[in-house]
Amino acid sequence: MKMPTPDAGTIAKRGEIIKRLRAIVPGEGVIVDDSELRTFECDGLMAYKQLPMVVVLPQTTQQVSQILKACHEMGVKIVPRGAGTGLSGGALPLADAVTVGLGKFNTILDIDYENRCVVAQPGVTNRAITDAVEDEGFYYAPDPSSKIACTIGGNIAENAGGMHCLKYGLTTNNVLGVEMVLMDGEVIRLGGKHMDAGGLDLLGAVTGSEGLLGIITEVTVRILKQPDTAKALLVGFPGVEAGGECVAKIIGAGIIPGAMEMMDKMAIGAMQKFVDSGYPLDVESLLVVELDGPEAEVEYLTERVREIAESVGSSFLRVSANETERQQFWKGRMSAFPSVGRISPDYLTMDGTIPRHKLPEVLTRMNELSDKYDLRVANVFHAGDGNLHPLILFDANVAGDLDKAEAFGHDILRLCVEVGGVLSGEHGIGVEKRDLMGEMFTEDDIKQQQRLKCAFDAGGLLNPGKVYPTLHRCAELGRMHVTDGKLPFPDIPRF
Amino acid sequence: MSDIFKPENDGHVLDAMRWAVSGNAKILEVMGQGTKRGLGPAQNADNVLDLSGLSGITLYEPEELVMTARAGTPIAEVQAALDEANQMLAFEPWSPASLYGVDGGTVGGVFASAVTGPRRPLVGSARDHMLGFHAVSGRGEIFKSGGRVVKNVTGFDLTKLMAGSMGTLAVMTDVSFKVLPKPEKSRTVLVFGATDPGQAMRDAQNSPYEVSGVAHLPTNVAVRSTVSYVSDAGSSVTAVRVEGPGPSVEVRCTALRELLSKYGAVEELHTANTVSLWREIRDVSFFTSERQLWRLSVAPSDGPQIAAKLHGEYYFDWAGGLVWLAMDAQDDANADQVRGALNGGHATLMRASEDVRARVAVFQPQADGVAQLMKRVRAGFDPHNILNPGRM
Repeated sequence: MKMPTPDAGTIAKRGEIIKRLRAIVPGEGVIVDDSELRTFECDGLMAYKQLPMVVVLPQTTQQVSQILKACHEMGVKIVPRGAGTGLSGGALPLADAVTVGLGKFNTILDIDYENRCVVAQPGVTNRAITDAVEDEGFYYAPDPSSKIACTIGGNIAENAGGMHCLKYGLTTNNVLGVEMVLMDGEVIRLGGKHMDAGGLDLLGAVTGSEGLLGIITEVTVRILKQPDTAKALLVGFPGVEAGGECVAKIIGAGIIPGAMEMMDKMAIGAMQKFVDSGYPLDVESLLVVELDGPEAEVEYLTERVREIAESVGSSFLRVSANETERQQFWKGRMSAFPSVGRISPDYLTMDGTIPRHKLPEVLTRMNELSDKYDLRVANVFHAGDGNLHPLILFDANVAGDLDKAEAFGHDILRLCVEVGGVLSGEHGIGVEKRDLMGEMFTEDDIKQQQRLKCAFDAGGLLNPGKVYPTLHRCAELGRMHVTDGKLPFPDIPRF
Repeated sequence: MSDIFKPENDGHVLDAMRWAVSGNAKILEVMGQGTKRGLGPAQNADNVLDLSGLSGITLYEPEELVMTARAGTPIAEVQAALDEANQMLAFEPWSPASLYGVDGGTVGGVFASAVTGPRRPLVGSARDHMLGFHAVSGRGEIFKSGGRVVKNVTGFDLTKLMAGSMGTLAVMTDVSFKVLPKPEKSRTVLVFGATDPGQAMRDAQNSPYEVSGVAHLPTNVAVRSTVSYVSDAGSSVTAVRVEGPGPSVEVRCTALRELLSKYGAVEELHTANTVSLWREIRDVSFFTSERQLWRLSVAPSDGPQIAAKLHGEYYFDWAGGLVWLAMDAQDDANADQVRGALNGGHATLMRASEDVRARVAVFQPQADGVAQLMKRVRAGFDPHNILNPGRM
């Protein structure tokens, strides 16, 4: 994986850049010592590391605006950063860029129960939003596994998902508004406490833009009332196909569970070994199905899911008897990553989405790839919405293993695209999947996406080297390649 | 006299666009069946690109909750296919019959105008259900974005941008979207003459009973309903819709009746009446066509106060977050007054005569920085301003 060549001119004027940043953010908010910069050298994709040129930790929107304006004037690149939990390298520093950390934007500004929303600074963690409102019986629905650490600003940058987005939507369906700073320092607001931001849906375009369009300095998110009750079912199957069929039949019956997770034998074993979650070890696939709502609904749907599971040949079925047991059922799945970390020195987390019915085919072919690369793979799967998380196990201390694991991962993602899916369901492209964009998009598709980038950041200074293999120059993208001469009337039926 | 191009395939659309951008750029009015021509300033373009020839459902997998259709596919055809599998477009696109006097519409039109219905607070609008598209840009290039799966963060989300862009960025040729199972049962809890309708609506919306519609019709509007329980109430009517599996609906209705009884007498509508009432609410069928019609999207708690400040007939959807306001026709459509009453949010002039729509900004003017940004975004897709110029 190649990052853009650092600009020697920028690095040469590091002293001047630091001086200008210190004039904006006084005191310890500008970090320049290598030992302190080390903290920021990578994000959740730890295979890639790079010391930032300098890190700045602003505290106000005005400071962010001044920082971006100054860097815009000096032609200095910016890498925005939340908590650095992202799994695709979106916050990977650049040797010639200023990393702007939003960690000090950690205040909840307004809790508005009447309008079911919370206004928060971007550095507030995902979980802290729920913590702030749960006494009143509310919660924030999107729940990525990193919810304790990841920030709400980062969630918007990545359009984060989680277990519950099958029923309650992704980040993009739960964000009402943002305040953001453009690369030239301009501060804009999109949306607010009302529905639909009005005009072109820039809020939708900014969500999931991986820090390439601006820096978010305030968010307004929707909160929901906690359901009365929730129950979880553990359903095991003697084969993978039956598990997939069960998922299809549940949804086909018109039931949208609060969450529906699936895992394969390798994952089940790793999780159960890590924490006792009551998972059976003699099944090939296991579903955790959560049903939530009023008690009567949960009871009713539990019976229907039980019937469906039995009809497709489940070999294990347990319904949580109480809240403690429900949480126990989730413990294993919630600790998928550390569990797998226990059985392998290193692992790579993949994140493709496929049409659900392609699951058996994809799992079979993934096992073939596992043999080919001679690397083990454990699968956890947001089964309800087709989002796969194969965990490729390897040992970074074995020469060539990382390269092999990456090649394996890329083959899995190519497979996802081939069967009608996409490269990333919720982790983002970042640097990890950047070079695979051509598998899914044509040159014209990518150019059109980059023209959106040009409207926000014509100089390409925000988070370069991420998402797109090459960033075309905006002047070139703006050029029209259509003949200037008159074309005859097209040969189309006319009236 | 305008030329109407009626492409029958993507190649035709591409040819038309390349022709339009060559030499002196020509303006194209992009439309499906033209049912929403009353929304936004009239186009009077020299050339019309009529997409009704690009028709047909190309993929429907009910168990995957996904459909792909050509942009010009009649929405009725989509609804019929969904009915057969007991599924629906959960965002409840309105029918243009009451608003603009013409029924119908196409898939492309529904998504390009980002229509949305009473279920908006629960399930989102068209933008939340659109998964991907193919299009020809105003640069004369074919491109696509998104896909056919719900979870997708691969590249910028141009799909959201396209939803609601009113055909000003590109000509969509195919749209993929999410479909959902129809609820097993639908009921509506009614509160008559609620003492504090705003609070009653928010109590229902913010309850754990997963309501799928919260509206309030003042007395003068309620009398026009075709549902006798509503029209004969002789008072205002607050309506709360509950959908889902049978046993759950019953329990939730009982809980809501209890929750809301402090605001007034309560009653319950069964399925058929529920369908009729929410169709009226969705389609804005309470106001006669000669009145100018505004649609205000605001914070729910602001809705009632804003409506009270304005002289007109109104009702609320989205627990107060959506105000439908009918006013006597004025040359300026009372635009300053309406927009001046807002405290955040936006107001759209949904219906007015052609000359009023030519004078008054139909869509809420954006703050300067945002307006400039939108202009730059648009230029990236349609640098010569050939697609529906002035429509937004």
